[in-house]
Amino acid sequence: MSSLTAPPIRSRLAGAGGRLYWRSLGELADTPEFRSYVEREFPDQASEWNDPKGRRDFLKLMGASLALAGVGACTKQPPEAIVPYVRQPEDLVPGRPLFFASAVPQSGVAQPVLVESHMGRPTKIEGNPEHPASLGATDSLTQAAVLGLYDPDRAQTSTYRGEVRSSATFLSAIRSALAAQRGTGGAGLRFLTGPITSPSLAELMATILQEYPQARWHRYDPVSRPAGVGDVPHTIYHFDKADVIVSLDADFLTCGPAAVRYARDFADRRRINEEQKSMNRLYVVESTPSLTGAKADHRLPMLASQIQGFAQRLASAVGGSATGTPSGAPGSDVDKWIAAVVKDLRAHQGRSVVVAGDYQPATLHQLARTMNQALGNVGATVTYATIEAAAPDQGTSLADLATAMDAGRVELLVIMGVNPVFTAPADLRFRDKMTKVGLAIYHGLYVDETANLCHWNVAETHPLETWGDARAYDGTVTLTQPLIAPLYESRSAHELLATFTAQPGRRTLDIVKDYWTRAFQGSSDWKIKGANADPAAFDRFWKHAVHDGFIRGTALADVGPATPFKPAPKPAAAPVQTPQGVAAAGAAVGATGATQGALFTPSVPAQTPPPAPPGGVGVVPQPSTNAPANPSAALPEQRVPPPSGAGGAGAPPPQNQPPAVPRSPAPALAGGLEIIFRPDPTIWDGRFANLGWLQELPKPLSKITWDTSAWVHPLVADEHGLRDGDVIELRYRGNVAHMPVFRMAGHPRQSVTVFFGYGRTMAGRVGNATAGAQAFNAYLLRTSDAPWFGTGLEIAKTGGRYLLATTQEHHLMEGRHPVRVATLEHYLREPAIIQEMGEKPPKTLTLYPEHVYDGYKWGMAIDLTSCTGCGTCTVACVAENNIPVVGKDQVSRGREMHWIRVDHYFEGDLDDPRSLDNPSAVHQPVPCMQCENAPCEVVCPVAATTHSAEGLNDMVYNRCVGTRYCSNNCPYKVRRFNFLLYSDWTTPSLEPLRNPDVSVRSRGVMEKCTYCVQRINQARIDAKRDDRRIRDGEVVPACAAACPADAIVFGDLNDPNSQVVKLKAQERNYGVLEDLNTRPRTTYLAALRNPNPELANAG
Amino acid sequence: MPFKPATYTPPPVIEPGHTFASVTEKISGIVLARRHPASWFAAAGLGFMATMMLLMAITYLLVKGTGIWGINIPIGWGFAIINFVWWIGIGHAGTLISAILLLFKQDWRTSINRFAEAMTLFAVLCAALFPLLHTGRPWLAAYWLFPYPNSMRIWPQFRSPLIWDVFAVSTYGTVSLLFWYTGLVPDLATLRDRAKNIWIQRLFGVLALGWRGSARHWARYEMAYLLLAGLSTPLVLSVHTVVSFDFAIGIIPGWHATIFPPYFVAGAIYAGFAMVLTLAIPLRVIYGVEDFITMRHLDNMAKVMLATGLIVAYGYIMEAFFGFYSANEYERFMIVNRMTGPYWAFYWTLILCNIATPQLLWIRKVRTTPVFLFMIAMVVNVGMWLERFVIVITSLHRDFLPSSWGMYWPTRWDWMTFFGTLGLFVMLFFLFVRVLPMISIFEMRAIVPAARIKGALASAEEPPVKF
Repeated sequence: MSSLTAPPIRSRLAGAGGRLYWRSLGELADTPEFRSYVEREFPDQASEWNDPKGRRDFLKLMGASLALAGVGACTKQPPEAIVPYVRQPEDLVPGRPLFFASAVPQSGVAQPVLVESHMGRPTKIEGNPEHPASLGATDSLTQAAVLGLYDPDRAQTSTYRGEVRSSATFLSAIRSALAAQRGTGGAGLRFLTGPITSPSLAELMATILQEYPQARWHRYDPVSRPAGVGDVPHTIYHFDKADVIVSLDADFLTCGPAAVRYARDFADRRRINEEQKSMNRLYVVESTPSLTGAKADHRLPMLASQIQGFAQRLASAVGGSATGTPSGAPGSDVDKWIAAVVKDLRAHQGRSVVVAGDYQPATLHQLARTMNQALGNVGATVTYATIEAAAPDQGTSLADLATAMDAGRVELLVIMGVNPVFTAPADLRFRDKMTKVGLAIYHGLYVDETANLCHWNVAETHPLETWGDARAYDGTVTLTQPLIAPLYESRSAHELLATFTAQPGRRTLDIVKDYWTRAFQGSSDWKIKGANADPAAFDRFWKHAVHDGFIRGTALADVGPATPFKPAPKPAAAPVQTPQGVAAAGAAVGATGATQGALFTPSVPAQTPPPAPPGGVGVVPQPSTNAPANPSAALPEQRVPPPSGAGGAGAPPPQNQPPAVPRSPAPALAGGLEIIFRPDPTIWDGRFANLGWLQELPKPLSKITWDTSAWVHPLVADEHGLRDGDVIELRYRGNVAHMPVFRMAGHPRQSVTVFFGYGRTMAGRVGNATAGAQAFNAYLLRTSDAPWFGTGLEIAKTGGRYLLATTQEHHLMEGRHPVRVATLEHYLREPAIIQEMGEKPPKTLTLYPEHVYDGYKWGMAIDLTSCTGCGTCTVACVAENNIPVVGKDQVSRGREMHWIRVDHYFEGDLDDPRSLDNPSAVHQPVPCMQCENAPCEVVCPVAATTHSAEGLNDMVYNRCVGTRYCSNNCPYKVRRFNFLLYSDWTTPSLEPLRNPDVSVRSRGVMEKCTYCVQRINQARIDAKRDDRRIRDGEVVPACAAACPADAIVFGDLNDPNSQVVKLKAQERNYGVLEDLNTRPRTTYLAALRNPNPELANAG
Repeated sequence: MPFKPATYTPPPVIEPGHTFASVTEKISGIVLARRHPASWFAAAGLGFMATMMLLMAITYLLVKGTGIWGINIPIGWGFAIINFVWWIGIGHAGTLISAILLLFKQDWRTSINRFAEAMTLFAVLCAALFPLLHTGRPWLAAYWLFPYPNSMRIWPQFRSPLIWDVFAVSTYGTVSLLFWYTGLVPDLATLRDRAKNIWIQRLFGVLALGWRGSARHWARYEMAYLLLAGLSTPLVLSVHTVVSFDFAIGIIPGWHATIFPPYFVAGAIYAGFAMVLTLAIPLRVIYGVEDFITMRHLDNMAKVMLATGLIVAYGYIMEAFFGFYSANEYERFMIVNRMTGPYWAFYWTLILCNIATPQLLWIRKVRTTPVFLFMIAMVVNVGMWLERFVIVITSLHRDFLPSSWGMYWPTRWDWMTFFGTLGLFVMLFFLFVRVLPMISIFEMRAIVPAARIKGALASAEEPPVKF
């Protein structure tokens, strides 16, 4: 169309009448060329195809064009314009992450976090350093929350009987269902939720229950008991003030919402350094071996049912007013034990603490409380308070709900965030009763077993996508802010509950902010510092709170109030869907990624507050629910079910159950073995089953991944002819389940431990059990009257075998000393003892001249006295470094990819039955040692692994050809190889999860720990910009940042004042396999124990 | 009764009754004959099928990655490296026979050097497959391990024994090929002259490089051949020494041992002679060449095996001795673990195969009975493979930190690759037997009695070149 010129166009336009449409200027000009062009339809050579003579030429040309197509690829692509920000969002620098304070609730209790956000996508969770429940650390479940956000199997929209429905349809369905309930006062309306500590959510629930007085709110969590146990409320321990700790079957260091803070406080009291030369002492009496037991200075294994009897003896010895005859656990050893412990406790009145296990009955908690009172610990190292919100007069148990369902009294059931079809005790037969519900609405993150039986499924908004509030273990009100607009058509719990109120369309931010506006401006429930009615003051307060992630002064230890449960005041005019609320949810999505919330470090203003509702007067009179400071003086209002049996909030028994009686404490178990139930250490009650990071995290002690197992004492296993992986049938109270056996030294002989969480059928593509493994479900055995242990278990070998994929097969040190252990007393007397456990060749043992590190010299020290072996470092490393999940099959082949692993060793001779009954266990996190004489470097044929000038052992992925010689030659075996294409390159929803600062490795490449070199480089850029050196503590690798016990310290060895240098100067600092002259940069501080001299030989 | 010393006359290197013509006729006849024994088709066919299996295994490997094998962390090397060392070792006998025995004027080498050299070539070929395929990214390893100039100015890391391997094996392969081909040239000319078919004539004519058998040709040839023999001789020692460095340079207990180079070289010759026997004994039956490959050859090879086998036994004993004598806990654990750990059966089978069984070779009756010899050679083949298995796997599977101990079991793809290379070897060998003279015609002509009578090869008594 070379003849395309203006005149013909003009002439056509001039002659046109009316409106003229044209596709191109060529058509407009209507030249002969254009006509022939249109006639041929396709521009070049197309008509030759039908021409027999021209076809050959056409094929020739086509062949030539194809051959030349490669040449064509060499041309430059045309430039494409991209549109920059018209207005650059404040604080957003491409390539630099932003941090927002938020919270990830677990069983309703807030885990305070800082979320790293890269260009609007949350990629990594860190602890909130200012929050008392975190102090910068997290646990492994919280670390995996980002994976939960991007999980491709999440519920994505609202469905009715599996069909996608619009939000409006759902609302009208609710409306009509509610209209039917209004007449009866909501007699057929039931809510089933997990524990709720969120004040605003509690208010919503109270409002609904006020509206529908006959409605009932049931709370159920299969494993967590934030409400406390029996009539002993939620207990807060202050291990930072405790010198002697007695744990009665409590895994307080790694289990539960407070474990992060407890591990820190516990570790801080045993950090031996220049200033501190003394340690706390931990006595653990436990049934199932736990990580807390492994840290104990004295551990006494015992049947779960005997612990109460032991506690009674201990209590009477301590001098409390314990009732009941001391029974159980006879034997002179135990007597000696008790005598020594009591002496130690009495010597530390007010500085000791007796901890009762969450999975022990209420009586034991009462005993522990009695002892703490007798020892003067209450108010000093122990405080009692309530964080869970509850209506005082509500039936709460799942059993009540099941009864009502069975009777057909439940017309509208709303299940929020719990999965009772999978987790309910077997005797409730919850699955069968689901069919008797008129209309069941399910609100959750996944379409799980319960959702499958509900009519309506409403997708839940992930905590990282929504506003919210919840209380941390200590009561601190912790705020959640969205990091990203909801990925799917989902609702938050607030929004769902709001649909049952008079203001169904309210957005989460409005609800939360409205609540805190009222709380700030004069509600009597909260005594917030500086509270007044000035909206500007509230604005400042809110900005601060969102920035910090929590509201200061609301911790229960600070005499903050218990979570009030009262309905919201009736608003004069319903502020339905304020524009701000919409903006809050929507703004996060924008290309900016800036939320309406606040960056953690520099404060960013939130939007204007919604109109404060007038009045603010509590409508329903409610007794003051403030928790007293000293519960021994006045116990808080009893808002939990009456104490009954062994049950707690987990699954309170029917009301007609007899009160607690200690279960047969006699060691002879006529009715068979004892069964002990425990939540799974990595996937908890099963709700995290679809998170590959947690599935692949080796379970503490056993190091099994991807599967559950029944723990049996090795000698008992031998008696039954059981090896690891043999499938047994467990018969207990008429129920049957199957489990693969794992022989666990230190387990009580006459009991078997099973873990909840496995055997799921609708968890998602990661968490679904295979057909053969669906019977590995501990919930099949659980009964509501004995939710945590009971006798009468019979086991039988089925003859089946099941592959258990472990990451560590050998748990003995074989006379070597990778972990060096000494007693505190011995170490203080002879500090050289640690060095004498290994050899260290002189530095002259090399032909090469010494390398001078004149810039930075990075190093790490890991304090094995602090390390609890929880594995949080591993998950944090996975999250930070884009480490792929490889799956059970690959783990079983020894190909897990973790850059930092936690080794576990038993001490003692496992051929000795005494040792088998109670071995002591140690843990050792093993990242890359970054050897100065690295054996891996010299053997790489292509120089893909080299030494940096700062002493890092760098890995150049692009250069690696994958000979694996480096891994063979690594004495620590910390290198990991991509035997197959492990990284997920195809799932779109996982793409935003990746840390953009770390390469995603491909197949055939070796990878390893780099001390988080991306963080070092980020700090280097900052330091260079400010023309200074990197400060100590400025670079924190992911493992060190997440560590609850603060056991991992990283820093510059050339900085004499750095924390790591001070640690390495200690005489208990040693390098593993130093005798090989590798000169590891990662060194360990020996594990010190503080045994009671009076119990020298008693465990 | 007076002492009567036992007299033993070794069998001749060529059975009596052969003339120049009969030698030429017989050996070239195998190549030029139209018909071939059915057993050839069976063996070559089997080899072909296994080669196809190898191709399948390689294809799947390239598609999926090395994860299809049984290797893991801590056992980063498995069948691939075991097979590599095994094959490379086998090759050594060919070079030893053709180069060192030539220099030592062992005339019995003449009957066996040709196919032994061919065996070397094919073994090196099979061996060379593994180091490339075992890498995670073979498409890069194929050239990144060579020092080629590039814009990034990145060179290989010359401290790594794997780089030394690249040079050692490629040199070895090249020299072996040249040596073998040089030795073939006069025979190719013979075949050219005797072929009836014009195309075969032309083919051999091209390959014979214009050989006319003039005195000048012979003089040049002798010199070239001798030089190549001199070049090959150090390779017999150096290649397996370098291969042993792959292990000895590492710090893993069970690898880090100074005894490795001589011990590996002896093992290589040991394995190589076992393989030569494995091939020679069936060949002489199939093609009726018992009068060329006589009992003398079998006996001599058996003696070499016995001698090298004893050196290898010494190596094992020293390994065990130093395990304890070193007073190093890791070394001691390593040797105890080898003997009593999970792979104990492999270790003791290895001792049975490589030390115990070959002691039968002290008995002359065994050395001169082909069936026994064949069985012992097979046992040694297995034993030498097991030796590499024990060195690679048992050293890696339990090293320093007990937490990272693991186990290795091969997968079906490991076996397919291994048997595939065996098939490739068999196929190539039988193709060689079909198209090239498996015994050197002209050298055989030089050892028939007539050659000595006429003095045609008088110079055989004198070295042509003084060193």
